[in-house]
Amino acid sequence: MALTLKHLFAVIMLSGAFSLVSAMLFVVMDAVDVAFTEAAVGAGVSTVLMLATMALTVRVQKETKRPILFPLVVVCLVGVLLIYGTLDMPNFGAFDSPAQLHLGSTYLSITYKDMGIPNVVTGILASYRGYDTLGETVVVLTAGLGVILLLSGLKGRKDKE
Amino acid sequence: MKHHLILKVITKFMVGVIVLFGLYVQFHGDYSPGGGFQAGVIIAAAFILYGIVMGLENVQKVMPIWFAQKAAAVGVLVYALTGVFSIIVGFEFLNYHAINPEHPKHGQHYGIILVELGVGITVTFVMIAIYYGFAGRTPRLDDKEW
Repeated sequence: MALTLKHLFAVIMLSGAFSLVSAMLFVVMDAVDVAFTEAAVGAGVSTVLMLATMALTVRVQKETKRPILFPLVVVCLVGVLLIYGTLDMPNFGAFDSPAQLHLGSTYLSITYKDMGIPNVVTGILASYRGYDTLGETVVVLTAGLGVILLLSGLKGRKDKE
Repeated sequence: MKHHLILKVITKFMVGVIVLFGLYVQFHGDYSPGGGFQAGVIIAAAFILYGIVMGLENVQKVMPIWFAQKAAAVGVLVYALTGVFSIIVGFEFLNYHAINPEHPKHGQHYGIILVELGVGITVTFVMIAIYYGFAGRTPRLDDKEW
């Protein structure tokens, strides 16, 4: 339905709802931390930012004159390829999947011994992979700096003129 | 948003609850789902909600632009200085055993809380600064324009 809609407000709201539904999907698959992030970032903040962006531009999408047949074929082809790719993956929750056999089981068994905290995700994120998380935090800061420079900076220059 | 009395009353009530829940997610992250990233976004969402309902100038009285922009860098500093501290004490970068060498488990615990705090601070203020960036350029909208 979001494909045929021209009103951007409705499209943004639908993508927020889609994000919330996929967050529930993550809960069903026991990935609670990911679900949390998806619900807060995908359904919450990014919807607000999209609305703010829409308020800066127009409310309705322009009619396109180009034929949509070729993009449709490409999208369907990629979809078929992706589904074909999933056929090779182990079943959901399979005990002999590569993720369960090597690193996963090691972390599950040593995290509590090493740090005495029950949330293995936090243990990996903040301690075993502390370097990566430091990098991610810097990435968040850099993204924020980019937006500040692009949007707030322009405003300051305009005020001076 | 001048006449939305119900929205305003509910928002005033909800902002406190949202921030409290964000702090719970932040500091209970090693026992339950959550952590710095999620808590930061939740706390920022409280400010964004306040800004949408009460108006941008009112939320900027509580959280000025310059504060949000500068505090975003403080989070990365907290994170990195935790690592630098462990170098100074004589361990590897970001090895939390340095915080309490007699009880490595306690050291890990404190270290995780510290770096998650850094992540939380950065994410909170970056999200607020991005929201300010977008909302500050928006011309004032009438209700019927939506």
